[in-house]
Amino acid sequence: MAIDTRVAPKIKHHDEEYKVIGTRPIRHDGLEKVTGEARYGSDINLPGQLHGKVLRSPHAHARIVSIDASRAEALDGVSAVITSADLPDPGDKLTTGGEAPGLPVKFKSANMLARGKVHYHGHAVAAVAAANPHIAAEALKLIDVEYEVLDPVLEVWDAMKPDAPVIIEDLYTAKADGTTGEEPSNVAAEMLYEVGDVDAGFAEADLVVDREFTFGVVHQGYIETHNATANWLKDGHLHVWCSSQGAFTIRQELADLLNHPITKIHVVPMEIGGGFGGKTTAYLEPLAALLSQQTGHPVKMAMDRADVLKATGPTPGGYVRVKMGVTNDGMITAGYANLAFDAGGYPGSVVGAGCRCVFAPYNMPSAKVEGFDVVVNKPKTHAYRAPGATHAEFASETVVDEICRTLDIDPVEFRLKNSAKEGDWQLAQPPYPRIGHIECMEAARDSAQWQTPLETAPGKKRGRGIASGFWFNIGFTSSVIAKLNSDGSVTLLEGSTDIGGTRTSVAMQFAETLGIPVEDVDPIVADTDSVGQTDVTGGSRVTFATGLAAHNAANDMKDQIAEGLADLWDVAADAITHADGTFSANGKSASVREAAELLEEEGVFPIGKNTVTPTREGGAFAVHIADVEVDEETGKVEILRYTAVQDAGVAIYPPYVEGQMQGGVVQGVGWALNEEYVYDDDGHLLNASLLDYRMPTALDVPNIETIIVEVPNPGHPYGVRGVGEVPIVPPPAAVANAIHDATGLRMSHLPMSPPRVQAALAAQA
Amino acid sequence: MATVHIPTPMRVATDGAATVQIEGATAREIVDRLTEQFPDLGGRLVEDGQLRPGLAIFVDGANVGRRLRTRLQPDSELFFVEALGGG
Repeated sequence: MAIDTRVAPKIKHHDEEYKVIGTRPIRHDGLEKVTGEARYGSDINLPGQLHGKVLRSPHAHARIVSIDASRAEALDGVSAVITSADLPDPGDKLTTGGEAPGLPVKFKSANMLARGKVHYHGHAVAAVAAANPHIAAEALKLIDVEYEVLDPVLEVWDAMKPDAPVIIEDLYTAKADGTTGEEPSNVAAEMLYEVGDVDAGFAEADLVVDREFTFGVVHQGYIETHNATANWLKDGHLHVWCSSQGAFTIRQELADLLNHPITKIHVVPMEIGGGFGGKTTAYLEPLAALLSQQTGHPVKMAMDRADVLKATGPTPGGYVRVKMGVTNDGMITAGYANLAFDAGGYPGSVVGAGCRCVFAPYNMPSAKVEGFDVVVNKPKTHAYRAPGATHAEFASETVVDEICRTLDIDPVEFRLKNSAKEGDWQLAQPPYPRIGHIECMEAARDSAQWQTPLETAPGKKRGRGIASGFWFNIGFTSSVIAKLNSDGSVTLLEGSTDIGGTRTSVAMQFAETLGIPVEDVDPIVADTDSVGQTDVTGGSRVTFATGLAAHNAANDMKDQIAEGLADLWDVAADAITHADGTFSANGKSASVREAAELLEEEGVFPIGKNTVTPTREGGAFAVHIADVEVDEETGKVEILRYTAVQDAGVAIYPPYVEGQMQGGVVQGVGWALNEEYVYDDDGHLLNASLLDYRMPTALDVPNIETIIVEVPNPGHPYGVRGVGEVPIVPPPAAVANAIHDATGLRMSHLPMSPPRVQAALAAQA
Repeated sequence: MATVHIPTPMRVATDGAATVQIEGATAREIVDRLTEQFPDLGGRLVEDGQLRPGLAIFVDGANVGRRLRTRLQPDSELFFVEALGGG
């Protein structure tokens, strides 16, 4: 084990040394980003362009009796008005791509434009194309919609009651045993996972802790709002420019929703101002496309912040119950969890992933987990960084802390004793491969923060908390095309939208494999016509999967260079060796640059390419430590110090890894302390602005100390694990455990906002 | 013989068995024989001759998605897992 403390602590559990990987070059997109030259979706402006706007429901649950757009259509400057009647009938078709294959397209279509009923406040009802945004906004006011308002149901525990208003009249529960419910229900699906004998496990326990937790709805909070520009040409070709985490996914959704051939759809991914899972699906793109088709003009659309908060896909609110049994010497004997997540207005929450993460950090003899996907009158929920894991592990890590307090066991030692490791079972999937939870916990134990006693202050309530987090990481499919230029540089086309700096981390892997400086690689995020299939930038997968494609493409290029040189040097291609960027055979040698020049004279221009669907993603663990101070008067919780430890496999570009860790902490702290959708009893969202939906600012968080742990993923040639999601998992539990240390309070609802903490303190007094 | 791990909810179709031993050279052969042996599994695993959308197969720890042509070792271990997305 070697500790590298030159920039930030990095603890390596391997002996590999690389020339490019692990260095800190200037990022390829840095200049364009800081000078404002980078082009985002809203920078697209086309000749003859119209502007689109969406009419949204003022009700959370209502039947649409009629829509009369005649007054809007008559307004000067209005070119088209569309409703769900303009969308093709999806029939029984299922989604075929993206992150949630197998869901009925009819739900996605109805979420795009309401069919018959509105399911949440802000649900899109109609869309307008007009000469400018002001006329479009005026036109929306002239669309007459008659609603029959229905009782809304907003929380999962209400929606699951037998007498709850049923939101989707033909939705029947897909039960865990494979049968289907007999009555329409808001429970779209049930899940069940079980390992070992849970009853026997709890019977063996000396202590059983059983707690319930609830959650508000939280938005991803990306700064750039959704936007899309579409140009539907008369020959049927559809060009779309948008802010999305996956151009190929948007293409597939357009094909599904519009019943249009995929070969005629061309999606251009623009630079993206954040997504965090919320931009892995289409909202405006199909509407802009339909309006363009109807008007014969390009149509540009953009949401404002209220649209984003009301009508895109936040992460669910819901309920989690966790029960854990332990022996007096601190060994877990059994776990039980029950998770009910709100799917929003249509089925498909992230509860399944939450179920499978809830006990992931631990090796326990038995566990049973039940999950429920519940439809409520809120926006259709969607992925948010490690979707489902933060809710689940907030609950289990809080229970673990309570167990440690009750048994007077050090929380680090407890976690080390019970930690999951290579070969241990995972709920509902194969045993763990090599993982780094123990190594992360040891690094946390040895960290400066954990080794430094919490500074006390007279009259101040301060405390320290620790929590673990797990996320699976995802593989999916990625493609790369690399062109060797005559000067030895490489143009690298990749299909992954660059949200977290992946141009550079992918280019670095290519450069490492080919043996050239990363500055000689020019990475470009390509459109759907210019590179092979590439799934969404999500699931912490790009540096892992697209990086693997880049590595494979570099090897492909090496083979082509060797074949070219073989002709020139009159040797067999397999007699040519490659080391440190130099090709050699029979006393002759050439660097990549020299080889490119030689081959150019022969008319040979190698193009390395690869499409890969990796199969061994390697899960990621994180351990976080939070020191807090609780203001007894106001209930405000201040973060005094924070350390994030994470297994990155091998950190390709450490500044990005540290950035992901710090960004995850900031979002997790926001989730823990402030962020929450606030609804009135009628289901109206009351805080649809960033003034009232309180995200953390730089003033709310201290410098976040990071420790990168490197336990290489055996499923990647450079040992890469995804790093983008797991750092959001531990913060709420770490902060909750610190609040308990400071005050003795066990907080059971996220966010632990000042009014809630204040109320809990008052109740405690 | 390959060892097939049956997801908890599907065990109602395998008389409660959590694992089943089956001969097969590919994942498809395993699925075919499994559904022959336990007909109630058919609708839970297969749709239109393919693995049901939303399911993935892990073979010897590797997530092979819905690729039923995946070749197996004589002692391969298979898991049927709900496919995951991410943020």
